Amino acid sequence: MENREHIKVENLSVYYGDNQVLKNVSISIPDRKITAIIGPSGCGKTTLLRCFNRLVDTVDGIRVTGKVLVDGDDIFHPEQDVTAIRKKMGLLSQRPFPLPMSIYENVAYGPRIHGTRNKKELDAIVEKYLKVANIWEELKDRLNEPASRLSIGQQQRLCLARGLAVEPEIILADEPTSALDPVSSRNIEERFLELKNRYTIVMVTHILRQAKRLADYVIFVYLGELIEHGPSKDIFENPKEKITKEYIKGVIS
Amino acid sequence: MKRLEERLFKVLMLLSAGVVMSSLLLIIGTVVVKGLPALSLDMITKAPGGGYYLGGGGGVLNAIVGSLLLAGGASVVSVLFGIPVALYMNVYCPRDSKLASMVRMSLDVLCGVPSIVYGAFGFAIMLVLGVKASLLGGIIAVSLLIMPTMIRAIDEVIRLVPPELMEASYSVGANRLETVFKVVVRQTMPGIISAVLLGFGRGIGDAASVLFTTGFTDRISFSLLEPVATLPLAIFFQLGTPLPEVQQRAYASAFILTVIILVLSLSARFLVSRYAKHTVR
Repeated sequence: MENREHIKVENLSVYYGDNQVLKNVSISIPDRKITAIIGPSGCGKTTLLRCFNRLVDTVDGIRVTGKVLVDGDDIFHPEQDVTAIRKKMGLLSQRPFPLPMSIYENVAYGPRIHGTRNKKELDAIVEKYLKVANIWEELKDRLNEPASRLSIGQQQRLCLARGLAVEPEIILADEPTSALDPVSSRNIEERFLELKNRYTIVMVTHILRQAKRLADYVIFVYLGELIEHGPSKDIFENPKEKITKEYIKGVIS
Repeated sequence: MKRLEERLFKVLMLLSAGVVMSSLLLIIGTVVVKGLPALSLDMITKAPGGGYYLGGGGGVLNAIVGSLLLAGGASVVSVLFGIPVALYMNVYCPRDSKLASMVRMSLDVLCGVPSIVYGAFGFAIMLVLGVKASLLGGIIAVSLLIMPTMIRAIDEVIRLVPPELMEASYSVGANRLETVFKVVVRQTMPGIISAVLLGFGRGIGDAASVLFTTGFTDRISFSLLEPVATLPLAIFFQLGTPLPEVQQRAYASAFILTVIILVLSLSARFLVSRYAKHTVR
């Protein structure tokens, strides 16, 4: 049971036009742990994350080689159903993007698309996941208000609830607190610590202290290459590579 | 010296703004001053009676109804074509798509084509289809006229949808079609409403495109295959008579047309503000 791998990346390369943004990355991401992808800006962290739910597909002119296996399934296989992969993963982006509808509709959006029509069931789903995202108490009387009226911190927790409502197994987060104030950031971090018992969480962050606080496992990416990976403690206290050392010490950023 | 320059330009800019506003006021003023005396309840509740164009009794209800049906019909047709075209160009075509840029260029050229040409082209289509001068013929010509402007206006608002918003929808497992209809259209609804109004306004006010295509009638007609009257042509015919009291009615008709557009503008604004509260920025 210990450290079952949930996502396995094999020789993954991503090209954007002639530019290779990820170079032959191979890695395993453990089940029900928080894995942090760290590294300087523009080094392919986000691209790596976006390969996991194939959001890279939506970018024109991108080419992917290699494999990403989720529960052993090659998700880039031509016959793979993209929506099924994406349903397995919730996504939190840098800036929360609520959908242009009410708070209730935002959470119900995913389940509706996947066929839940029953009003009672939807009500229950909305309540359950707003509670998980720790926002139910604030919003239970405002469910019909436009989601765009919420504060940015509330929006991010709403987006978390929206992602969880389709019952994914994995949460992907791309610098989920970078647009938030410290209190809201902390709220999101606490949610992650609660959720890691049930979900595999992969987060991109360039805040080293955040990675230190949350991560069980750390992946260091530099200029498109996977430099080092391992349990959080090893990477932070005893990095093997010189460049990792420099990054963690703050010599490069 | 610099200060003087600054002042000079400020005055020039104010002057230009003044010219724009005063021309609007002058137009509305002319229409109101010349038209108001002839405006009566009969004008908006009755069709022309016998000898109307010689000063006899009646009104222009035939043209009011005709114009609303025509511009309404053409707006519906245009939006049914316009939304898919705009969505296709933005969501389905790659960002540097040759097809999309060709379509955009064609639309821009079409926006500049004079409306009389759409009238003549619509007429040619009617000949081919065997449709005589009628509401249907008018709807065809006016749709062609307003479609380019409408599509480009919708295109511009859809282009502004943040890609992250669509990604948010994809990431819960929605496919492209679901994302387009449930998220993109909702997000751009205020812009779509404005675009439709823009088209409607252009359609209801245009005389040249309906000249050969709708015909004219003094009856109030709702049939697609019968000729209908339109306000621009009613204005044209009334102004063309030598009788001052009939000419005055032309101004009254122009006033009615202006009020219709004003009412529509205001209701569209109301609708826009209702939908805009959901828009994500």
